[in-house]
Amino acid sequence: MGTSNGQSWDVICSDLEATRLVAGLLAVVLKPGDVIGLDGELGAGKTHFVQAVAAQLGFDPAQVTSPTFTLIQEYATAPPICHLDAYRLHDSDEFLELGVDELLGGDVVCLIEWASRVADVLPKDYLQLNFETLSESSRRISFVSNGPRSQKLLDNVRAAYSRQ
Amino acid sequence: MTSPQRILVIESSCDETAAAVIDENLEVLSSVVASQDELHQQFSGVVPEIASRAHVRHLLPVLSEALQRSQTKLEDLSAVAAMTQPGLVGSLLVGLTAAKTLAMVADIPLIAVNHIEAHLYACRMEAGRDIFPAIGLVVSGGHTNLYDCQSALSYELLGSTIDDAAGEAFDKVAALLGLGYPGGPYIQKVAETGDCKAFRFPRSFMHDDRLAFSFSGLKTAVRYTVLGQPGSQDPPPEMTPQRTADVAASFEEAVADVLIAKCQLALRKQNRSALCIGGGVAANQRFRTKLDELRRTGVDVHIAPMSLCTDNAAMGAIAWEHYREGRFADLDVDVVPGLVRAK
Repeated sequence: MGTSNGQSWDVICSDLEATRLVAGLLAVVLKPGDVIGLDGELGAGKTHFVQAVAAQLGFDPAQVTSPTFTLIQEYATAPPICHLDAYRLHDSDEFLELGVDELLGGDVVCLIEWASRVADVLPKDYLQLNFETLSESSRRISFVSNGPRSQKLLDNVRAAYSRQ
Repeated sequence: MTSPQRILVIESSCDETAAAVIDENLEVLSSVVASQDELHQQFSGVVPEIASRAHVRHLLPVLSEALQRSQTKLEDLSAVAAMTQPGLVGSLLVGLTAAKTLAMVADIPLIAVNHIEAHLYACRMEAGRDIFPAIGLVVSGGHTNLYDCQSALSYELLGSTIDDAAGEAFDKVAALLGLGYPGGPYIQKVAETGDCKAFRFPRSFMHDDRLAFSFSGLKTAVRYTVLGQPGSQDPPPEMTPQRTADVAASFEEAVADVLIAKCQLALRKQNRSALCIGGGVAANQRFRTKLDELRRTGVDVHIAPMSLCTDNAAMGAIAWEHYREGRFADLDVDVVPGLVRAK
């Protein structure tokens, strides 16, 4: 989870459509080098959120699948998305051995499912999203910033959301 | 030469480091997988490691074991093959680099094999005869892909999962039920005493005309059944052994129903009469029983043998098809991780 000195903002999405909207707002402000962590129990909607980010960037969401087994998937969006998953990794060393240091903070946007498992090796200034299941369809998504860049992302999404 | 020709195959696309020697009659003379129990001591641990560093550590012992067990010397080989796609780039590179080196040293052809096609070719090995054209389903932890297999070397992807792979759903449901990893064998065991009709879990896209799968909703439905409805004031249901068994059986039933329905749809759409099934989930007994039922309706069903369902190098026998067609790779051939997806 994000570090304690970060700010947070909670948004409640009453259905999938609302989740897609929030994901779309984040997608349009992402730049190469941004790192987004996604945490939440099984079925909380992490992969779905990444599908919606990719869809906003013009990518076929049906091509965006869970990377639990493949570990790393890249999508040819602009900016390019790297979709990672730490669910079946034992520790941060295994994560690093995948060669992620070339991806994190590089020319791509990294979206990492189960990021809290490898938080100690993520760049300091990453944006953390925590998904909580409120009912069958509704989710609370908590945005937690960890530095100036992730704070800017959080502020941009929050401002755009309030204008909806 | 009097004895049959031999090919060495190397597999390192994901978790497993594996090698096999296969002769021209598709007989597997040796097949070594680093994580298998028999090699437990030699490799100090049975837990598959993900990192390419682990492949580097395992590869040479696995190679020499495969050659030794089959009493093969380097000069006995007609070719050396490596799986070059799909998989993790670092892992694939370890196997391919070893294969290139051997090809250069022994001055024999190099063959690039597709891991998914090899999974389907395991059915051809078991059948002992040509089974193509056929519909192919590769269903594992990383894949749920339907193919139109025009021949042993010609595959067209018809559809795949839009979220979780079927094997991944097995693993995640096993985790929800507090069972072990990998989930398939554990769920199957627990499900033996369960009622597969106890819970009506979702069967996404089952009555849809699309050749696509989705197992994310099923996983989530199982979660609610096990941990209670989110937002509900009621305490979560007690997971008695019977309820766990019923959930496991109902879950298996839902996965198997969808897989069978989509195979039937693909057979109909492509006007094929043969079906071949490969990958780890093909080891599931409930799925196999339903495939037997399908066979009784006249479909020529081929299931990869249990020993070739999980990742291994013996299924690389497909290299012989490449060999006969003269499809060799240059020494500068690269891996195709297949993880970069175009728009």
